[in-house]
Amino acid sequence: MKIVVCVKQVPDTKGGVQFNPDGTLNRAAMLTIMNPDDKAGLEAALRLKDEYGAEVTVLTMGLPKAADVLREAMAMGADHGILVTDRVLGGADTWATSQTIAGALRNIDYDLIITGRQAIDGDTAQVGPQISEHLGIPVISYAQAIKLEGDSVVVERQYDDRYHVVKAKMPCLITALAELNEPRYMTPGGIFDAVDAEITTWGRADLKDVEDCNLGLKGSPTKIARASDKVRKGAGQKVALDAEEAAQYITDKLLEKHII
Amino acid sequence: MNLEEYKGVFVFAQQVDNQNSGIALELLGEAKRLAAPLNTEVTAVLIGSDVKGLCDELAAYGADRVILVDDPELKEYRTEPYTHALSSVINEFKPDIVLVGATAIGRDLGPKVSARVATGLTADCTLLEIGDFPIVAKPGVEQKHNQLLMTRPAFGGNTIATIACPNTRPQMATVRPGVMQKIDPIKDAKAEIIEFNPGFTPNSNYVEILEVVKAVNDTVDIMDAKILVSGGRGVGSPENFKILEELAEAIGGEVSCSRAVVDAGWKPKDLQVGQTGKTVRPQVYFAIGISGAIQHVAGMEESDLIIAINKDETAPIFDVADYGIVGDLNKVVPKLTELIKANKKAL
Repeated sequence: MKIVVCVKQVPDTKGGVQFNPDGTLNRAAMLTIMNPDDKAGLEAALRLKDEYGAEVTVLTMGLPKAADVLREAMAMGADHGILVTDRVLGGADTWATSQTIAGALRNIDYDLIITGRQAIDGDTAQVGPQISEHLGIPVISYAQAIKLEGDSVVVERQYDDRYHVVKAKMPCLITALAELNEPRYMTPGGIFDAVDAEITTWGRADLKDVEDCNLGLKGSPTKIARASDKVRKGAGQKVALDAEEAAQYITDKLLEKHII
Repeated sequence: MNLEEYKGVFVFAQQVDNQNSGIALELLGEAKRLAAPLNTEVTAVLIGSDVKGLCDELAAYGADRVILVDDPELKEYRTEPYTHALSSVINEFKPDIVLVGATAIGRDLGPKVSARVATGLTADCTLLEIGDFPIVAKPGVEQKHNQLLMTRPAFGGNTIATIACPNTRPQMATVRPGVMQKIDPIKDAKAEIIEFNPGFTPNSNYVEILEVVKAVNDTVDIMDAKILVSGGRGVGSPENFKILEELAEAIGGEVSCSRAVVDAGWKPKDLQVGQTGKTVRPQVYFAIGISGAIQHVAGMEESDLIIAINKDETAPIFDVADYGIVGDLNKVVPKLTELIKANKKAL
C-alpha cells in the first residue's frame, strides 16, 4: 500500500508570535514548523504503516528551505520526500496550489493521500478537497479516526454536532484533524539518516497535465486587494484592587452601561 | 467566460436534519445587503431530501427565490452529491456571487464546488463589501466595478487581507458563522420556488455512511448568548467552574471557555471560544483566568464590552479588555456575584 502525505512548512503562530515595534507581525523572527494538522496526517500514515505495512511518501510545495519539513518527516519514519519548488509556482492561491500538487501527484502511485485539514498560516482548509477534485477521487474531510478495511478506508468524519462513520474505496483523499493523534518524536537514528536522505526535487516541468494558466500568482483566480497587519482595539482600563473593591468597580461599570 | 452573464447573489442554505442552520439565515441577511447596490435578487439554494417545508423560512429571512434540489441521495450531507447539486445549480443559473457558511459542511463543499466550476474561493470571510478592484485606480490597469471584496483574518488572526476574484465567476466566499446579521423576519413572505434536479447516479466518489453519531448536547449555543462568562486554565479545576456558573446565573448569561479548558477535558468543545472554536460577539464577555492567546482573542474581540480578571498583570487579555482587574478570580468572582444579586434585588 502506498500513502502520500502532503505537508506544509508554516510560521509558528502559536505562542511564538513576534511583533515589530510598530505592532506589525515580524515574520523573519518567527520559527517555522511542520503544520500541526499535516503532522497528525503524517502520524496517521505512519500508524497505518506500522499496522498494515505501507510505503509513505511526504510531499511539500514551497521554497527550497521547505526541505526541512521533509527531513523531519523522514526522521519520524517516512520513506521518501518530494519537494515541489519553482519560482513560477510562487504566489499561488488555493486553486493554483491544488493544481500544482495534483500535477505532482499524477506522477506517483498512491492508494491513499492524506493532507492536514488546514494550515495555521492561511486557515483555509481548501487545498485538500480541491486536490481531490482535480484528481477525480473521493475526499473525506475532518478525519478524527482512520482505519483500513480491505480496499476501503473507514473514517470518522467530524461535524459541528456529530460525526459520521464513512467508508470509501481507495484511492481517496483524507484531510486530518490535529486531534486525530499525538505525533511521535523523531528518533535519533531517524534524524541521522534523514540528514543525508535523498530528497526528490521537482519543478514546473515535472508537473503532469497542468496548464500554465492555472499556476502561480498569474494562475490564481483570487487576488489580494489589500493586506494589513491587524489593528487591534486599544487596551482599556486596568486596575489592581482588592476583591471587594474590584467587584464594586465591575458592578458600577455594568450599572453605568445598563447591563444590570 | 462572459462575466456579464452572471447575475444575482446566491446563498447555500445549509440545513441539517431538515432544519435550516443559523448560518443560512445569517447569509441571507448579508446577501440582501450585498444585493441592494447591485440591484439584484437573493436566491437561496436549498439542498436535501424532503426539505420543501423550509422554503418559507428562507423567504422570511430574505430569499426572493429558492432553488430547491430535493433527492433521496441528499438526505445526509455527503461531499459528492452535494457538490454535484450546487455545481449544477451554478452552471445552470450562473450567479455572480455564491456565499457558503464556513461550517464543517461548507468548508468541504465550498472548495469542491469552486474547483469543479473553476473559480476562486475565499475562506472564512468576516466582512463582505461591493467595491472596485483594484481598490485604488492604477494607470494602465482596468479598474473593475461592482466586485465582491472579501475580507478575512489570516496568520491566526494576526493579519487581515481583502481578496477579490475579478476574472472568473461566480465570486465565492465561505463566511464565518456568527459574524453576519440576520434580518428581522418578514411575516408571510413568499419566495418563488424553482425545483431543479440534475440527477444523482452514485459513482466511486459517493462515500457510504455507515453510522451517524450525534453528540449528546443539552447545552445552549454560546453564539446566541447576550452575556458570556468565560473561563480559562486559570480557573484551576473543573469543579471551580461553579463560581463562574453562579456568576452567569446571577447576571443572566452562559458559561464558555478557552481551548486550554477543552484540551484539559474540563468542558466540552461546543463551549470553546476562539480560532478553532466559536466566534462570539455578546454584549458582555467576561474573560476569567484566560491569558488571551491570539487564537482566543480572534474569537471574542468583537464583543461589545470585555471584562478581564487575571492575576497576571502582563496577560495579553488586558490588551483587548475594556476593563481589566488584576486580582485573584477566586475572591473577585464570588464577591461580584453577590453584588450583582444584591443590585438586581434592589431594582
